[in-house]
Amino acid sequence: MNMGESFPILTVVTFLPALGIVLLLLVDKNRQLLVRNVALFTSLVTFLVSLFLYFKFDPGTGDMQFVELYSWIPSLGMGYHMGIDGISLFLVLLTTFLTPIAIWSSYNAVTEKVKGFMISILALETGMIGVFVSLDLFLFYVFWEAMLIPMYFIIGVWGGPRRIYAAVKFILFTMTGSLLMLVAILALYFVNQSYTGVATFNLLDYQGIQIPFNYQIWMFLAFALAFAIKVPMWPLHTWLPDAHVEAPTAGSVLLAAVLLKMGAYGFLRFCFPLFPEATIHFIPLFSILAIIGIIYGAFVALVQKDVKSLVAYSSVSHLGFVMLGLFALNMQSLEGSILQMLSHGISTGALFLLVGMLYERRHTRLISDFGGISKVMPVFAAFFMIVTLSSIGLPGTNGFVGEFLILLGTFRENWLYAAFGATGIILAAVYMLWMYQRVMFGKVDKPENQKLKDLSLREKLILVPIVIVIFLIGIYPSAFTSRMEASVAKLMETVNEKYRVEEVMPQVQPRRDFQIDESQLEVSTHSFGGGEIHRGQ
Amino acid sequence: MNLTLIIPEIFLFLWALLILFVDFFTAEEKKHRLGPLSLVGIVITVVLVVFSGQGQAFGEMFSADYYSLSFAIIFLGSAFLAICTSIDFARERIKHQGEYYALILLSTVGMMFLAASRELLSMYVSLELTTISLFVLSAYLKTDLKSSEAGLKYMILGAASSAILLYGISLLYGITGTTVLKGIQAELVGSAFPGPLLVISLVFIIAGFSFKLAAVPFHMWAPDVYEGAPTPITAYLSVASKGAGLAAMVRVFFGSLLPVTSEWIPLFMALATMTMVLGNIVAIRQSNIKRMLAYSSIAQVGYILVALSAASELATTSMILYLLVYMFANIGAFAVVIAFYNHSGTDEICEYAGLSRRSPFLAISLVIFFLSLVGIPPLAGFVGKYLLFLAAIQKGYYWLVGVAVLTSVISLFYYMNVVRQMYFRKPTKNDPVKVSWSLRLALVLSLIGVIAVGVYPDPFVSLISKAASVFVY
Repeated sequence: MNMGESFPILTVVTFLPALGIVLLLLVDKNRQLLVRNVALFTSLVTFLVSLFLYFKFDPGTGDMQFVELYSWIPSLGMGYHMGIDGISLFLVLLTTFLTPIAIWSSYNAVTEKVKGFMISILALETGMIGVFVSLDLFLFYVFWEAMLIPMYFIIGVWGGPRRIYAAVKFILFTMTGSLLMLVAILALYFVNQSYTGVATFNLLDYQGIQIPFNYQIWMFLAFALAFAIKVPMWPLHTWLPDAHVEAPTAGSVLLAAVLLKMGAYGFLRFCFPLFPEATIHFIPLFSILAIIGIIYGAFVALVQKDVKSLVAYSSVSHLGFVMLGLFALNMQSLEGSILQMLSHGISTGALFLLVGMLYERRHTRLISDFGGISKVMPVFAAFFMIVTLSSIGLPGTNGFVGEFLILLGTFRENWLYAAFGATGIILAAVYMLWMYQRVMFGKVDKPENQKLKDLSLREKLILVPIVIVIFLIGIYPSAFTSRMEASVAKLMETVNEKYRVEEVMPQVQPRRDFQIDESQLEVSTHSFGGGEIHRGQ
Repeated sequence: MNLTLIIPEIFLFLWALLILFVDFFTAEEKKHRLGPLSLVGIVITVVLVVFSGQGQAFGEMFSADYYSLSFAIIFLGSAFLAICTSIDFARERIKHQGEYYALILLSTVGMMFLAASRELLSMYVSLELTTISLFVLSAYLKTDLKSSEAGLKYMILGAASSAILLYGISLLYGITGTTVLKGIQAELVGSAFPGPLLVISLVFIIAGFSFKLAAVPFHMWAPDVYEGAPTPITAYLSVASKGAGLAAMVRVFFGSLLPVTSEWIPLFMALATMTMVLGNIVAIRQSNIKRMLAYSSIAQVGYILVALSAASELATTSMILYLLVYMFANIGAFAVVIAFYNHSGTDEICEYAGLSRRSPFLAISLVIFFLSLVGIPPLAGFVGKYLLFLAAIQKGYYWLVGVAVLTSVISLFYYMNVVRQMYFRKPTKNDPVKVSWSLRLALVLSLIGVIAVGVYPDPFVSLISKAASVFVY
């Protein structure tokens, strides 16, 4: 590991959008076009810089790369520690890829308080990237929480008619989960301190210790609650449809594409390697919740009258797939889940963009208000078709690869889970194609629909890169999976190894008090010798 | 005897007299200049505090150490910010401005003595100097019924609580035969206590201090007094007077009563729980922003009490740091409220509708202060709460921290309610709110504090942890 001797690229990628905010503050708020262009430019530069990560990434190792480590609050062990591996690499890229698209898509949609909007989006981007690159739990939590505020404003200020309700619900749900996670983070700090004697919030150091099982259970649950709300898993999903429907298009895109992924990412990065026993203990519970989510989300999507809430519920279903794959816990399913996270980000992001474009023209999103749109807007219909098919998971598009791998991996662990999960794919085809049929085909029977303009150049340019990525993942997935493999393998190794060690270990009694004294340290290093052996492996 | 140690206190006291003296010779329309004059005195005192030496004076009574230094800086800081927010308010609405500023300075002198005191009686006397000045200040708007009510209520309940405290002190003296904290500790370590008498004395002492801190169930005076008092005084009360109570309480409990922790920790846990739950829940229903902030400041004390129950070095560090960040955020929030009141004459939350369009700077400042009070990173309040919870988790108080985080979510709701008014609602009026230089100074200083401590807390943490190492845990 090099300790930040090289160029601090992760810091640059994370804080470039924040620099853009500073630039925006200098711009007169009445020059709306300039404000928009500065924001777009900043996010594009961020994307270009982040591409560097992809090309410089070494696929041969599962260790953290581009590591930066400085002390921040040394007296308490908080550090400024960043780094990415094959799991977070693509989530960072997804974020930097979709942010400029989201910004560009809002050129016509957001006309009031443009400057505030752009500042919020850029602040959100910094927060999102920060979450994916932080390797210090304190730093991670800072980004995790700080990100809520711009999203709250995006929904609350620029949202739809029920925006206030949606914004408050969003922030209360996510705060509850994250604060309980905070308690677990603090507890973890003292558990680690009682074993190693080192006061630190460094995630990689935590991976070396063997946490007693009954502690693992509670900490796992506290972390999992925060992440499950974010994913969202059934039955904690109720904030999502409200937030999605009320948020402006750019907000929905980033919410669906990136924010939801943070939950799944949290499971991968924190829950699995830190609490492997508890993870295995909870496989049935989380798998069943995931399956309920898949089927429930699909059925509810089926009966939606509003296109946007249909897409929102389809997210619940698709994220159920991701969770099912995560908790199948083998190479295929994990890679499938990560790929599905990307695919869902791309496809659902694109669906929200398309719905937004339709809404800008007609100011309604009710399916029954449309019909025969493909005759009036052929280009739009073509894009919509591609994205719909990718969302369903047609072979050759991105959705197929992820879902296939997830089901393959799950089948190996438990065929029943896989069988139930597979119904979700069928249902997805039903609700998506039925919606497509009602919106696009048939007669143009509403007079308002007859004069709709087809996509403008800007809108086409927004959609083209997404379509390219859809086919890229679909046809050449190994460009992505090859960079994940080593990291996923390493994760599997950590989980399995610790699990095996734990089985031969005596059951450990917890102590109420974590204060360090020498005699306790003696005892702990003897009886939990496993902790020392595995450190740094 | 080393009198040089109390030079800062003596200086500030003389400066208060100087203000009164100058007041005689100042024409009525120029009296607002006494405000900046007091600010100068505070700045000089800060310099004196930082550069005066450390040591003991008057036997065991007075101790200038890192602990008293940290608190003195917090008290002087909040007096500075409170006076900044006072200047326009006082010019417009207050008679006898000289006495007003002098009283603020005098109560600060009392607080500084309080933080440095290591003996129960001198502590009591300093506490009285502090609170009696504050009684008068609360009732300063003489023609305003609510203000007079506030002063009277504060005085009666304050006197009663002082009596209770004094009774507890006398019992403790009866048990141990000394009022010096170190002596009490030595007595308690060596003997077969605790008897029922000690428990009774602890209950009285805790009750007496809890009045000063406005911890539930001794909080009844706070909302009325906070609402009625002149708003800058409310700001000052909510930070400095609580800080004074806390300084004395930590000194007494960590400085002398650590041998009998099992007797008082459960009491503090109960107080903390009630304070967090009630303060936060009742704050939801408030429609007046001053009352809302009153309940929120009650709730904030609950979080501090969580750490007080932990009784460790980390706990002391976290409490002092929390008080510091709470000072910036709370006085900052009051500064916005005062600016708004000076302009529009109302404290109703619904009048804040659309403030983001009328005065973007005020609105965003209030958002930042509120987010810091909730504890959202990367603002100072987050670091403060983080350390408080860390101290409690260290002792294994998971359920207490659980209550604390869940009530924090509730607090998010009512703070966000104001944010919602300012950002999500349309304004009813369109005139921008004027902000004078002194208020702007208070706002900017608070903003810098809230952001600096949040982003780079290390120097503050390490200074304050020196203060925490004064006690032997």
